[in-house]
Amino acid sequence: MPVLVIAEHDNAALKSATLHAVTAAAAIGGDIHLLVAGAHCRPAAEAGANVSGIATVLLAEHADYENPVAEDLAALVVPLAKGYSHLLAPASTFGKNLLPRVAALLDVAQISDVAAIVSPDTFVRPIYAGNALATVQSADPIKILTVRSTAFPPAAADGGSAAIEAVAAAGSAGLSHFAGAELARSERPELTSARVIISGGRGMQSGDNFKMLEQIADRLGAAVGASRAAVDAGFVPNDYQVGQTGKIVAPELYIAVGISGAIQHLAGMKDSKVIVAINKDEEAPIFQIADYGLVGDLFKIVPALEAELAKRSGGR
Amino acid sequence: MKILVAVKRVIDFNVKIRVKSDHTGVETANVKMAMNPFDEIAVEEAVRLKEAGTASEILAVSMGGPPCQETIRTALAMGADRGIHVLTDAELQPLAVAKLLKAIVAKESPQLVILGKQAIDDDCNQTGQMLAALLGWPQATFASRLKIGDGAASVTREVDGGLETVEIKLPAVVTTDLRLNEPRYASLPNIMKAKKKPIDQVSPDALGVNPAPRLKTLKVEEPPRRKGGGKVGSVEELVDKLMNEARVI
Repeated sequence: MPVLVIAEHDNAALKSATLHAVTAAAAIGGDIHLLVAGAHCRPAAEAGANVSGIATVLLAEHADYENPVAEDLAALVVPLAKGYSHLLAPASTFGKNLLPRVAALLDVAQISDVAAIVSPDTFVRPIYAGNALATVQSADPIKILTVRSTAFPPAAADGGSAAIEAVAAAGSAGLSHFAGAELARSERPELTSARVIISGGRGMQSGDNFKMLEQIADRLGAAVGASRAAVDAGFVPNDYQVGQTGKIVAPELYIAVGISGAIQHLAGMKDSKVIVAINKDEEAPIFQIADYGLVGDLFKIVPALEAELAKRSGGR
Repeated sequence: MKILVAVKRVIDFNVKIRVKSDHTGVETANVKMAMNPFDEIAVEEAVRLKEAGTASEILAVSMGGPPCQETIRTALAMGADRGIHVLTDAELQPLAVAKLLKAIVAKESPQLVILGKQAIDDDCNQTGQMLAALLGWPQATFASRLKIGDGAASVTREVDGGLETVEIKLPAVVTTDLRLNEPRYASLPNIMKAKKKPIDQVSPDALGVNPAPRLKTLKVEEPPRRKGGGKVGSVEELVDKLMNEARVI
């Protein structure tokens, strides 16, 4: 039986998390179908048809799906589900909101944040903020998984030539509706797909001081993140948060500035390839997982780092 | 309006967990337990709604072995009015918890159910969504602001890209995110008063629910340990290493 991946997209394009979920689907085996539900979302469906490894794109277009709510998407997905062995979505706020609702309507378990596919019915997932890994087996007739993006590389965005099939929209149940959003607009890469991330913690002392990190981010093509402490203190908005309950990231380079390294933060970034920690407290737990720790006053080190990077890049 | 809050007893968030040597799970014997932090936020929100005159009664529900009574008492000390303890030794997974809550909702008819968005032990982030599905109710997950209106609520949600607001009809299920509120500490007089508040005990059988787990845990292991602890002495050395040793910039 084929596997269905539920695409996260903004109607114009696929979110990168979708490509990671496709890789997880490929590890299960079977044809991969991609559901693109939205409004005027043919561009996203066409992007899906080009993704390597996808056999069929299911396109459900309806004005109700412009900013779809989980209640309405679940009503669309549940009748489709019986033709599939597995349903997958990214373990983003989109997938986490939707798939448990679908699973309960199908009377099956949902497996959250899958980090490895052992076999078509056996999966590895982190528990206790990533301090333990559980291997779980499902006997349910359909397996419903949210996929941890950092655990699977993205599928190639081109090379595919899937057919696009229209499916009927399910309509709105009228239980809830989208009323507005305040989404961050940034020229910098998204946290979850950035190659380099520089994050600030409580040690930054104010939101203004994050400008220092932004300068370095712009020099390195990096995204800017934060610890929960910095978000709770109001220095930066919630979408900056890296950690157990924020975003899970695994960039090539993670630079933690003024972050002590609470378990909840480490859970979100400890799979980064290279970790740099800058903190004045030599005993801070962040140093235990850092490849390169630099002990000292961040207000001296960060400007010096910016100057050094500028010097090495020939003053650009 | 009656509000139901679900509270889970978990290992305290400050405890560094240990995986059992036989790989069957995580050591819980002689470990400090506490209410799941997201559920504390749920209780706090309900209590604030009662203090504002929006809610009339708060019912706190927990499930598991006898010590769950303590978790319910904590909710009562924070301001909940009464408790229901679903007493069971079974391993409870989110779908079973949602079914048990649904059965309690059918008896109690709350207009609002507030739960933590996830428990910090299994990190599932499922129960609220599943309960909403089984009830056919709207759901507003990851709430950072909740405003109750006439037969409806406006909920601001923390999503990956920022904040999103949804309008939901009541009755509904809301799950809490970190910044919805800061939970209070129960005062000593309130802790004493909580001892006199009623807690009903009920079995999954009596609720007509088979709580048997759907997922079998084959093993629990420690994640690979990261070799960290490296230090550099200067910014120049750091940049040098990043360029020439790690080759990441």
